[in-house]
Amino acid sequence: MKIVMAIIKPFKLDEVRDALTSIGVHGMTVTEVKGYGRQKGHTEIYRGAEYAVSFLPKIKIEVAVATDQVDKTIDTITAAAKTGQIGDGKIFVLSLDTAVRIRTGETDTAAL
Amino acid sequence: MMSNKPIRAGLAAAALVAAGALLLSHGVSAEEAAPAAAPAPTFNKGDNAWMLTSSVLVLLMTIPGLALFYGGLVRSKNMLSVLGQVFYTVCIVTVIWVIYGYSLTFTGGSYFIGGLDKIFLKGVTTDSQAATFSVGVTIHEFIYIAFQMTFAAITPALIVGAFAERMKFSAVALFIPLWVTFVYFPIAHMVWYWAGPDAIDAAAKAVEAAADPAAKAAAQTKLDEVLADAGLIFSWGAIDFAGGTVVHINAGIAGLVGAILVGKRTGYGKEVMAPHSLTLSMVGASLLWVGWFGFNAGSNLEANGGAALAMINSFVATAAAALSWMFAEWMAKGKPSLLGILSGCIAGLVAVTPAAGFSGPMGALVLGLIVGVVSLFFCTTIKNAIGYDDALDVFGVHCIGGIVGAIGTGILVNPALGGVGIIDYVAGKVADYDFATQVIAQFKGVLTTLIWSGVGSLILYKVVDILVGLREPLEKEREGLDISDHGERAYTA
Repeated sequence: MKIVMAIIKPFKLDEVRDALTSIGVHGMTVTEVKGYGRQKGHTEIYRGAEYAVSFLPKIKIEVAVATDQVDKTIDTITAAAKTGQIGDGKIFVLSLDTAVRIRTGETDTAAL
Repeated sequence: MMSNKPIRAGLAAAALVAAGALLLSHGVSAEEAAPAAAPAPTFNKGDNAWMLTSSVLVLLMTIPGLALFYGGLVRSKNMLSVLGQVFYTVCIVTVIWVIYGYSLTFTGGSYFIGGLDKIFLKGVTTDSQAATFSVGVTIHEFIYIAFQMTFAAITPALIVGAFAERMKFSAVALFIPLWVTFVYFPIAHMVWYWAGPDAIDAAAKAVEAAADPAAKAAAQTKLDEVLADAGLIFSWGAIDFAGGTVVHINAGIAGLVGAILVGKRTGYGKEVMAPHSLTLSMVGASLLWVGWFGFNAGSNLEANGGAALAMINSFVATAAAALSWMFAEWMAKGKPSLLGILSGCIAGLVAVTPAAGFSGPMGALVLGLIVGVVSLFFCTTIKNAIGYDDALDVFGVHCIGGIVGAIGTGILVNPALGGVGIIDYVAGKVADYDFATQVIAQFKGVLTTLIWSGVGSLILYKVVDILVGLREPLEKEREGLDISDHGERAYTA
């Protein structure tokens, strides 16, 4: 099993969620995060104070999938989240040792 | 562990106050009238209704107007501390005002301060009258007391913006009562206290009516006494309609001194200290504008043409200043900010405060256009060049705006520029305007205020520092004053 973690632009969330649902991924965790890569931030001015804000708001999606689903998941997310502009985001794949469904006690693939 | 000294001091003071108040007050509808021989008062319900309303409007300016305007500009971890300091100030000054503040400010005594004739509002009843600016027209004295009380409350509340986010609540709690006592009451007395139009008119008429030279000389002496029964700055001929010096220059310089003494916020210039809610600041600024009509037009003390002029000026100067700041910032920085247009609006209100009942509307327009740019310059270029941390620009907006307004008033009161001129109550007509005389008088008023408030505030801050300490310890400042001083969070989500 793997965790596919994607950092995407916030307005792409609904598109990515719909796309993942269509390939059979029915659960995910979403966090509001800040970050930057190659995308430049912006300047904020409050009277005499100027701040260069380099952290941009992003959305982090984490989905747990069976190992053989990873490539399809990556392709789906990429297709849905891409705009072609700098700042589209990144996808990371992490190993997942165990998964448990709390309500029933099912483990591993049955829990996904 | 918070010091218990301020808490014990506060409780002791409260006990003394309660005892004194009960002993000295006789019940409000008693027959003991004030000794002044006033002409039979005319009870104008319109004037009284307007002044009742104005007093409430000025309270609204402070809570929640100023509270939200300031609160939105600080980081969320310090929101409650700003709201609390402003709210506390209103409450403590209200109590002090009715005990001894009104008496010290608005009774005769010396050029610098009044006396204790009306301590605990002794002698004031529901029949007592206060003079206006028209001979033979009065308003109920309780209303005048309440109206002036709201001014005494908002002035120190303005100061807290300068040292926001790092001064301890206990320091603020002690500083405010000391400051109103030793700085605000004397300055308000110096600028606004006078014997009133009825006393001057009566004495002047007595001089005219006197038959022989001996009687005339005696009547003249009496008239001179009445004219001398005034505050120092008032006796110089300086004019301040609603408090450019008394409120804004006063609070502004006190704020600057405090900001410098308490030191910069930790991380100032390096960490992001952006406003946490410009939305709330806009709500606050709007309430300030609305309430300010009570502040300016109410300072006319009657619901007549003078109040109408003050109202129109408070629209025009404000809008002009908001626009001039906004456009100047647009040109200089590339974008017109909401904070900019709000700040310009406040600067305009500050500048028109001394001028509201004296200038014509076009003069108010020009005043607004000028102060928007001047204030912007001081809040950005000057402040960054010198490097002090006046967190919410109390100096740049209130002190500088007040100075522009005070000097501008001396120019714009000129009837040739659309002003109404200044009434000479002895002659019973509008006095001849002399540019040099009037502007010099304004300068003297400004300088006296700057020195008295600047030096006075400095001394008081030092006293408070010795007694309870001014500055929050570093870890508490980092955690936020809401948790450190108040044990609360503004936002739990």
